[in-house]
Amino acid sequence: MSQLAHSPHAHAPVSVGKVMATVMLALVPATVFGFWLYGWPAIFLWTVCVAAALLGEAATMQLQGRPARPALLDGSALLTAWLLALSLPPWAPWWIGAIGSLFAVVVTKQVFGGLGQNVFNPAMAARVMLLISFPVEMTLWTAPAPITGLHAPGFAEAWRITFGGGAWDAMTSASLLGHVKTEFTRGVDLLSSLPGYYVPHDSVWGQRAGSLGETSALLLLFGGLYLIARRIVTWHAPVAMLLGVAVPALIANTLAPAHYLGPLPHLLSGGIVLGAFFIATDPVTSPNTATGQFIFGLGCGLLTWIIRTWGGYPEGVAFAVMLMNATTPMIDLYVKPRIYGRNRKGQSLPAAPSKKEA
Amino acid sequence: MNLLNRFQPRGGVHPAGRKDLSADRPIRALPLPERLFVPLQQHVGAAATPVVAVGDQVLKGQLIAAGQGTISAPVHAPTSGRVVALGDYAAPHPSGLPVPTLTLESDGEDRWSDAAIPADPFALAPDEIARRVGAAGIVGLGGAAFPSAVKLNISRKSGVDTLIINGGECEPYLTCDDRLMREQAEGIVAGIRLIHHAVGTQRALVGIEDNKPEAIAAMRAAALGTDIQVVAVPAMYPMGWDKQLTRALIGKEVPAGGRSADIGVLVHNVATAYAVHQAVALGRPLVSRIVTVSGGAVKTPCNLEVPIGTPAQDLFDYCGGFTAPPARLVMGGPMMGHELPATHIPVVKGTSGVLALTHAEIGRPEPAPCIRCSTCVRACPVGLLPLEMATRIRAADLDAAIGLGLKDCIACGSCSYVCPAHIPLVHYFNYAKGELSARERAKLKQEATKKLADDRSARMERIAREREEAAARRRAAKEAAEAAKKAAEVTA
Amino acid sequence: MLIAVFSLTTLGLVLGLLLGYASRRLAVEGNALVEEIQAILPGSQCGQCGFPGCAGAAQALADGNAPITLCPPGGREVVSALSAKLGIEVNLADVAETMPMTAEVREELCIGCTRCYKVCPTDAIMGAAKHIHAVFREACTACGKCVEACPTEALALHPAPITLQSWYWHKPEERMAA
Repeated sequence: MSQLAHSPHAHAPVSVGKVMATVMLALVPATVFGFWLYGWPAIFLWTVCVAAALLGEAATMQLQGRPARPALLDGSALLTAWLLALSLPPWAPWWIGAIGSLFAVVVTKQVFGGLGQNVFNPAMAARVMLLISFPVEMTLWTAPAPITGLHAPGFAEAWRITFGGGAWDAMTSASLLGHVKTEFTRGVDLLSSLPGYYVPHDSVWGQRAGSLGETSALLLLFGGLYLIARRIVTWHAPVAMLLGVAVPALIANTLAPAHYLGPLPHLLSGGIVLGAFFIATDPVTSPNTATGQFIFGLGCGLLTWIIRTWGGYPEGVAFAVMLMNATTPMIDLYVKPRIYGRNRKGQSLPAAPSKKEA
Repeated sequence: MNLLNRFQPRGGVHPAGRKDLSADRPIRALPLPERLFVPLQQHVGAAATPVVAVGDQVLKGQLIAAGQGTISAPVHAPTSGRVVALGDYAAPHPSGLPVPTLTLESDGEDRWSDAAIPADPFALAPDEIARRVGAAGIVGLGGAAFPSAVKLNISRKSGVDTLIINGGECEPYLTCDDRLMREQAEGIVAGIRLIHHAVGTQRALVGIEDNKPEAIAAMRAAALGTDIQVVAVPAMYPMGWDKQLTRALIGKEVPAGGRSADIGVLVHNVATAYAVHQAVALGRPLVSRIVTVSGGAVKTPCNLEVPIGTPAQDLFDYCGGFTAPPARLVMGGPMMGHELPATHIPVVKGTSGVLALTHAEIGRPEPAPCIRCSTCVRACPVGLLPLEMATRIRAADLDAAIGLGLKDCIACGSCSYVCPAHIPLVHYFNYAKGELSARERAKLKQEATKKLADDRSARMERIAREREEAAARRRAAKEAAEAAKKAAEVTA
Repeated sequence: MLIAVFSLTTLGLVLGLLLGYASRRLAVEGNALVEEIQAILPGSQCGQCGFPGCAGAAQALADGNAPITLCPPGGREVVSALSAKLGIEVNLADVAETMPMTAEVREELCIGCTRCYKVCPTDAIMGAAKHIHAVFREACTACGKCVEACPTEALALHPAPITLQSWYWHKPEERMAA
């Protein structure tokens, strides 16, 4: 009967859109660097991803008879597409980006009930789908060809690379992890395969083959720290994920340097930094509590290291994140904050004996 | 108190304080309103019953309604004048429903009734102090409005050893306690000592948020030479939640479902302590309180001493009216206060502020889907999972919400405040709590009516049976008579 | 061919015997369930469900011949108790929360005929012959029997008045279409 407003009568100046925008802002440096490093094809691919995601979002909202505008404006589809684009080979053909984005938004997110309802991280689910379905296109890496440099493809050539279909031949390269895995399968151990191929300095700056946005560990780290400083994410999941990779890598590398990569190349290559700060912190698919997020991050890191070390794929971040996404409801079930006046099991604390009774 | 004894508060939020609007405005007495609307229930527990009739002349401080039962509080005339009505009047309650209210027409003289003033209040027996506090109609002035004498008696019986005085005042805008501490520190300290004496506690701590340095200084100066310790606690919402303050000051938690007395603690608000002093030392019942009038739409925000029963409109008028049409009127603070449906609703004992807020201040964007960002989990001072509870309540699974701790929720509003998706979380929780108690009431009623129905059918059966038996008896008697008659005829 | 027919027949026989044995051995005591269900129902024998009193309704529920939402005076509380007892899932959100109702006497129409309080299953109507009757709200289950019995239409069901004790916040509206 009463239509009076319920308290509180004040609200923090925050919104979902602002949260998403802040995350995107944190991605800008690494993305712009990626554009510079891989040239026009990378820019085209990013644009295709974003356009496909927005179209997919609008179309599914329309189908459900829900207004599309608020969904498009909250930036979640844009961010998903952005993260997916950063995890793709930069010179991948346009349809890779389009299929991936549509899969991420429509199948992984909207089919599960839309924003906030998805079990798996859309970008990572899409990447895994692409990797399994199109292994060739998804593992063709390009050596960096800075847009300002001599080897960079021009606009027209770039158009052909992205939209032409199979017209690319030049300058393929292997990512560090791919190289290591390939050499291993040939029976070459790390002591022989690594020298000359792994230069830590390059990895920090991103001057090597890899996905569009995962190459510059430093810029991604800055973005991540910015998110922590803005209190958009907490340190728990990222730090735990980095530890989850670094600690086993350190132990294994110390015991058998010929067979196991050390912590530094692990941390600086592939999608670890991107995964730690931007994927493992995805609010929807990670646990609620700080402790839960720490466990989640640790699991992501550990699984990544296991997949990289013993699995069939050279890179394991996407698989690790998806596996841990599946455990999120269980973590949330078991890791809950202690309620005031109750112990961890939820029982009421005992009353303290007071002076007169004691 | 040293740093070692301070404990990190959990959760909480830091809303814009907006206390600067009124913090530097000294308390002024509101000019006597013409009419006062005094509800008979301004406290937790049973409503008071009127002891005056329409047309009676009353003096200020005279008892006009007496408390009923163990948990209740009497009501006194806030000024001298004539009782002009006794009937339903809109209540200061989010429902806006009418409640029994005494209407008093002021005679403008504001004449006090005679009161017995003890020569030395500290010579009074502890029970006598508690009795006087109860007779003065004092309730928790922090907003909970629980009868203070009941708390004093429980604490005395359960052997409470620590008295905590709540000077948290964590709600944005409100400065009434801050001003009271700055201006009436002596009276507060005297009140604390009286409570101390009445309960027999061994230590007394005053917790004041560190954003009120003047209040801390004034209270420290007044407490000099007593065994009262004034402790600065970090400013955060909800530091004024008594259990949060208890944890911050002594590091103990009140057991869930229990009372502060369970861990040997008694918590009273600073304004309550002041009222205790007024009642016990000066013989003055609770007939007025300090109210902050503030908000972006109020011309000159003020701190006013207001007779209980004054319509909110009089307060706004005194503060120069509105600069713009207010988007929302609120009684209490913005975090836990409730919307005022109209300005004729009166100030009661638990009213700490009346606010007129602008659109910019309330900000009421449309709710969006939950992104499970768990900001609410970090904000919850109790340690609940607001997002999970709200999901269960939306799906009408109240039992699951109880399993997640719904009953531990204190409705502080921190979760709703920080939610980036603007989900009315605390509204869900209050709805669920109301729904649960409604079901509980329905169940009790069903049990009662079932018993009535069973009794009735048993009675009907008995009546039918008795009727049948009576008929049988009559038949038997008739037959016997006939048989006798026949026998007589035969013999004859 | 024969072997197949034979083995299937044997299988059928054995399983059939097993099932028959199980249904004997594990049979649920029918009466016990009916009684338990009857304990959940309001017991005012109002007959609004269409069955003869609460015992009839309990029998129908136990036989699976009636929906667990059959009892209007019971409200959601009874539905959820029945749902737990009978293991029938029901979305409580779909059960329209009927406003609690009570019978009320229009005093200007009441002739004091006492017919209403004779039929009231919970003795919720007070009064004497030639005196105006009144409904004791706390005991009224809104079964409507008195409404039918009243010759002057002085009795009608009205939503129970909301008081400070019974008021609570409405459920927040779902602004986002789910």
